[in-house]
Amino acid sequence: MRLTNRSVEVNRKPMTFLESIYLWNIMKGMGITISHLFKRKATIKYPEQKRSFSKVFRGLHVLNRDAEGRENCTACGLCAVACPAEAITMEGAERLPGEEHLYREEKYAAKYEINMLRCIFCGLCEEACPKDAIYLSQTFAPANYGRKGFIYKKEDLLIPHPVNEPEAYQKALGEKASH
Amino acid sequence: MAEEIKKEAPANFKVTIDNITIEVAPGTTILNAARQIGGDVTPPAMCYYSKLQGSGGKCRTCLVEVAAGSTADPRPMPKLVASCRTNVMDGMIVKNITSDRVQDARAGVVEFLLLNHPLDCPICDQAGECHLQDLGYEHGKEGTRYEFKRRTFEKEDIGPYIQLHMTRCILCYRCTYVADQLTNNRVHGILDRGDHAEISTYISKAIDNDFSGNMIDVCPVGALTDKTFRFKNRVWFTKPMDAHRDCDKCCGKVTLWQRGDDVLRVTARKDEGGEVQSYEGKPGWICNTCRFDTKNTSDWVIEGPTKINRHSVISQGHYVGLVKPKETIAEVMGGRDPKLLMDIHSVSGVNSVEIAALPGPATSKNFIPESKQE
Repeated sequence: MRLTNRSVEVNRKPMTFLESIYLWNIMKGMGITISHLFKRKATIKYPEQKRSFSKVFRGLHVLNRDAEGRENCTACGLCAVACPAEAITMEGAERLPGEEHLYREEKYAAKYEINMLRCIFCGLCEEACPKDAIYLSQTFAPANYGRKGFIYKKEDLLIPHPVNEPEAYQKALGEKASH
Repeated sequence: MAEEIKKEAPANFKVTIDNITIEVAPGTTILNAARQIGGDVTPPAMCYYSKLQGSGGKCRTCLVEVAAGSTADPRPMPKLVASCRTNVMDGMIVKNITSDRVQDARAGVVEFLLLNHPLDCPICDQAGECHLQDLGYEHGKEGTRYEFKRRTFEKEDIGPYIQLHMTRCILCYRCTYVADQLTNNRVHGILDRGDHAEISTYISKAIDNDFSGNMIDVCPVGALTDKTFRFKNRVWFTKPMDAHRDCDKCCGKVTLWQRGDDVLRVTARKDEGGEVQSYEGKPGWICNTCRFDTKNTSDWVIEGPTKINRHSVISQGHYVGLVKPKETIAEVMGGRDPKLLMDIHSVSGVNSVEIAALPGPATSKNFIPESKQE
């Protein structure tokens, strides 16, 4: 029974001598290969050239700071409870007097870790965050030789200080700064 | 005169709440009658606490509409009434969730309660089990329209066990009733009036009564929280376990809030209404020794996981029927050690500090950066 009219019955006749030397088929194949020399390349020279990401691209996580450079995260745990891969762990601590320039609220994340081996880059942590503290940037996690390098700690995730290192901060903001 | 009325009154009053009729004893409040029906019919209550005499009548969240006063006088009550302070009459018809007026007024009350509330739920240890949070979300008032400066207070230390956050307080007075009725000498109360009213201990005198910790359980918001649990973990990452111990001061029946095998917090057991559970008619208040000083799993006989409403965020932890996974590597590898195993504990910085063992919240003094350790 034929479901569509597009199917072609396989030709099971023995090949003639001309067919068995494959000359015509090789030329046909080479023709396709050579024609690609004149087409636009599908690849780019990666480290020198980079593709621009979509505006909604969900890449490596960044822990945000406010304009004065204080950490936004209050270790509320909503990102961790929203995370379907259970990649986020944290430990909260109380801000001591004199640390007001470091942390925005009276509670902060003393430890904050994302296991990039588990992370599926779904962006639910960004959606859950009530403090605008975590967002997914437009880069991806760099490759590493060992699995140990994929446990990202707070130092790896924090955005550079906007007052002390303004250039690095602008670079980290990337294309998100413009919109 | 009074005796005559008593004689005439029927043994039980019939009251209809949201089209559900129930017979209750005379002298029952509308709120308690609704609680006997249970379910959605029960009005929320932020200040009324059935185990504390004299509580109620302050927050106005339990407002209901009385469509007919009684069989003898079936006129409706002109204004919405506070159900915790209004007794039922025979033949009374009450509307709670069936009345748009009540829902509208209650949403207004919630907004008023949230006027000065800092909405710092991401920081607050009560988040996840906060009645005000539930109430706000139930009425779609989780945001705020208030644009002015909120009332703030000087931070005050009221002792080593209890953390006071006056900005979060809704002045329900429950904690003062606890101090009055459970402990022999009340050292805290409400100072000043109106917008300046605040809970405080007189001249910052520390609260060290034996049952003072129950203030934490009765507080409907995060104004009074457990200092020994402060910032240690979020409620929904801990697993509640029913446990008991022999205590000469209290009933000893508690809920342990555990993380792994660590006991992070001890509270009294709560019933469906969020109040402390009663045993043989007596409220199961727990003493400060049980609450603050016995935080080893070995101190307790664990009965099993606490039943938590599945709609609560606490049930996100999936702690019921938890089985510790068996280490299978040795079995699979035939006794050899795997060559390329990554032990997460050797990489991760979390759990490097014994947070559960700290008497108070962790601070930067506990977390010394790795660069300075070496």
